[in-house]
Amino acid sequence: MHDTTGTKVFRIVTIVLLSIFTIIPIYVMVISGLKPLKDVQGSFSWWPETLTIQPYIDMWKTVPLADYFVNSVIVSSVATVLSLIIAIFAAYAVSRYTFRGRSLFSGAVLSTQMLPGVLFLLPLFLIFVNINTNFGIQLVGTRVGLIITYLTFSLPFSIWMLAGYFNGIPRELDEAAKVDGCGPMRALIRVILPAARPGLVAVAIYSFMTSWGEVLFASVMTTDANRTLAVGLQLYSTQTNVYWNQIMAASVVVSIPIVIGFLLLQKNFVAGLTAGAVK
Amino acid sequence: MKLRTFAAAAAIAALAITATGCSGGSSGGSSDAGGKTLTYWASNQGTSLDNDKEVLTPELKKFEEQTGIKVNLEVIGWNDLQTRIQTAVTSGQAPDVLNIGNTWAASLQSTGAFLPFDDAAFSAIGGKDKFVKTAMDTGGIPGEDPTSVPLYGLAYGLYYNKAMFKDAGVTPPTTWEEMVAAAKKLTTGDVHGFALAAGSYTENSHFAFINAAQNGAEFFDADGKPTFTSDGIVDGISRYLDLMQTDKVVDPANAQYDNATNAINDFANGKAAMVLSQNNANSSIASQGMAEDAFGVVAFPAPAGGTDVATMVAGINMSIFKNTKNKDAALEFVKFMTSEETQATLDKPFAALPVLSGVTPSFTDNAELAKTFSDIYENKSRPLPLVPAEDQFESTVGKAMNQMFATVASGGSVSKADIKAALTTAQQAVEAAG
Amino acid sequence: MSAPTALKKSGPAAGASKRKAGTPRRAGWWLPYALLAPAVIFELVVHVIPMVTGIWMSFLKLTKMFIANWGNAPFVGLKNYQVALDFDSAVGIGLLKSFGITVAFTILVVGLSWGLGMAAAVALQKAFRGRAIFRTLFLIPYALPMYAGVIAWKFMLQKDNGAVNHFLFDNLGLPGDKPFWLIGDNAFISVVIVAIWRLWPFAFLMLMAGLQSIPTDIYEAASVDGAKPLRQWWNMTLPMLRPVNMSLVLVMFLWTFNDFNTPFVLFGGSQPPAGDLISFHIYNASFLTWNFGSGAAMSVLLLLFLLVVSGIYVLFMNRRKDNA
Repeated sequence: MHDTTGTKVFRIVTIVLLSIFTIIPIYVMVISGLKPLKDVQGSFSWWPETLTIQPYIDMWKTVPLADYFVNSVIVSSVATVLSLIIAIFAAYAVSRYTFRGRSLFSGAVLSTQMLPGVLFLLPLFLIFVNINTNFGIQLVGTRVGLIITYLTFSLPFSIWMLAGYFNGIPRELDEAAKVDGCGPMRALIRVILPAARPGLVAVAIYSFMTSWGEVLFASVMTTDANRTLAVGLQLYSTQTNVYWNQIMAASVVVSIPIVIGFLLLQKNFVAGLTAGAVK
Repeated sequence: MKLRTFAAAAAIAALAITATGCSGGSSGGSSDAGGKTLTYWASNQGTSLDNDKEVLTPELKKFEEQTGIKVNLEVIGWNDLQTRIQTAVTSGQAPDVLNIGNTWAASLQSTGAFLPFDDAAFSAIGGKDKFVKTAMDTGGIPGEDPTSVPLYGLAYGLYYNKAMFKDAGVTPPTTWEEMVAAAKKLTTGDVHGFALAAGSYTENSHFAFINAAQNGAEFFDADGKPTFTSDGIVDGISRYLDLMQTDKVVDPANAQYDNATNAINDFANGKAAMVLSQNNANSSIASQGMAEDAFGVVAFPAPAGGTDVATMVAGINMSIFKNTKNKDAALEFVKFMTSEETQATLDKPFAALPVLSGVTPSFTDNAELAKTFSDIYENKSRPLPLVPAEDQFESTVGKAMNQMFATVASGGSVSKADIKAALTTAQQAVEAAG
Repeated sequence: MSAPTALKKSGPAAGASKRKAGTPRRAGWWLPYALLAPAVIFELVVHVIPMVTGIWMSFLKLTKMFIANWGNAPFVGLKNYQVALDFDSAVGIGLLKSFGITVAFTILVVGLSWGLGMAAAVALQKAFRGRAIFRTLFLIPYALPMYAGVIAWKFMLQKDNGAVNHFLFDNLGLPGDKPFWLIGDNAFISVVIVAIWRLWPFAFLMLMAGLQSIPTDIYEAASVDGAKPLRQWWNMTLPMLRPVNMSLVLVMFLWTFNDFNTPFVLFGGSQPPAGDLISFHIYNASFLTWNFGSGAAMSVLLLLFLLVVSGIYVLFMNRRKDNA
């Protein structure tokens, strides 16, 4: 099949314009992170007069970025793993069993996407505080509190996507396993999970990104002990100076792991979406 | 089989939670069982949060050596401080001692979450009389036991570039009219007479207050009811706005300066001949490469015949949370922080004016500068309204002024009627919240 | 919302036997509930109970006088709602304006993001050399942590020192003065563009995934029939993408309407009225004035609005599907 001229023009124009739109902010971020402070406070230039990696050195001192990095990594990873485990169980139930309340559960879980964050920000905080007073589990100002919050944020979408993915796996497979004497959990682990790997990867990426980028709850629930990068980055604008070059450098650094991870796994992500959510 | 898998999963989850839980540490908790640990939230006074920590840590060590009380320090940026205090008030999960912007004192007092300094508390920290009266007046609602005591004093001054003034043949202004005339003379090409943090709602609300006070107008009446729309206030705001609108001595780009730093940078880099700033600006100016003898400071002048108010009583106060389990230790700590010795160490790095009577300013080596600021602070200052709704005054009036500056900067005009309308809206918002 | 539709389609598990009324419970009937339990517990703690608490708070006078002891805050019934909906007062007008801005913002952001995502997905549908590079590139804004991307935009949108004005006026040589982008009326344009920049790759991703599941032979058949590309897209691609679009548009709508992060990071503490999106408005109404009861009431109103719109959307979409 041949492309008409119109199709070609459309394709080239679309790709070029969208590439520019996409690249410019990323370019500005990268290049401004390589400028001295005086340069970023003056008029913008596409190419700096002096290139320096000083911002990449100073940024660790202006703000304890390394600590925030560790916090973000731990919080996001643990939230992702837990969210994945919980979502697998729930999706398995929804996909393979008929039970009373099944559609209620599905509907309720997804409708949490509608909740405005500001509505439950303060109540959630108060509940965490009450848990602390009554059970002695410290949730505010600890990573555990953030982990619980974030794993729940990604849970609805994860369950939904995984249930879709599991539905696409032929039931004959787990039936066969059951005939061989496997219990339902074994069928899940032995048969379904291996077949659902792209879906699992997709869900894991989604959860990780959700936790890594969250700002609103982090701004209320974090203290020095558990501050994440999302909030930490704002600290570069102190009372006496706005370190734009260091902000940009830090932005690059906090973006690199997640962008690379995402891009490496994007095939899985697309495959997961195709089979799960999109179907 | 099933059970085992479940148990394994549960164990993994539990492990993960406890593992991270331990390393997460706990700040914000009130105390150890022994009662020998305090949590202290400091505000960001130095050039960075780390800088604050470096300055404070040796002092806290000293305190521990003297008293055996350990202090867990957290320095909180200004962006977060108010929210963090709110959530602490709401939850009761609070530090024992914390810094507050002194303008919030009355608002925070009305939450009832802070320890009132009664006679006993005052005598525990060395007596009310050790503080400068000006500073002590910001402690809380008049007529009640204050819930905060002064820690660092700050005041606005009019910074001017000596060389530019000399070249233009003008002298430091003593009235508003002289100031505007000088600014006009100094506005040429890319250089402007004045730089303003016109996009910062806190700065704007401060100058709304100062300019109104120069006209003898108040934002709240004796009963604490808002009176935002009085003529003195409208005229005061209009005068301030006109620096950009009719006098055109302020670069319209300043309308997006949401941080005092931006204006100070312009001044330090020679883009503006004058800037209004609190006395802790010196380190920023120096960091931009302007020498300390290159600028002078005078009091922000009132119009001829107006009331001589040059600043609100700015600064940082210290409060104790009422639910602290270590009241005595907390008082001990406040006493330490407000002692002459500690103040002498901290005033310099934080560029603070003394809040203790009889202490000479040490925030600068420049005696003239120190004298000017002391005079402004002690003789030409007024505290911001000491009413519970003060925080709402700052946000509503300040934001309305942000918008006025934005309108002027993008080519529109703001009349006195417009100002009055905006203030009416702000007043309604404050009334609705009360 | 879209879950019931998505899940219903696939139907209940074929292997699970249906329990007839009156027959004794099958052994292991509790298993699905046990599987769901962790999810339910976390949802209850983090979403459901806080939501109910929030609704309860909306009936209280929860100002700074009571917040330290919020259990004792007086019950004021519907007063918070009355104030929020009194469009003659400053508070009501503010909320209404913010709502209007958010509606316009949502329509533009969702519409344009979908358009860009669709254009890119179609442009990259057919394999060509370098396709993978562009696909990767287009996904970067989505992968980037949102605050990093938005801060970069904030830096670019400054008036005098920003890249945007530098490009338009110094490079392209547009006449006139450099405008403000972060204050005044242009702030609306800025927040829309930044939100699109962040959102369109998601639309692209979903649509690309959707396009991949369309068998290519139908296009071949169509091009043999001589159908024009635009007609092909309209008659075949779009209908095939219907299930994707249904959930995609709804999800994008909900995210965009509730968007807090973009204005929060872009404007910081001094947001201009033109960029006063509703989540940010409510946040300020709660935290800046310490009036959490009123903020909760506004949030509940927002939630009701989203519920109604989503409900109508799902009903409408399902009906059209049934008729088709």
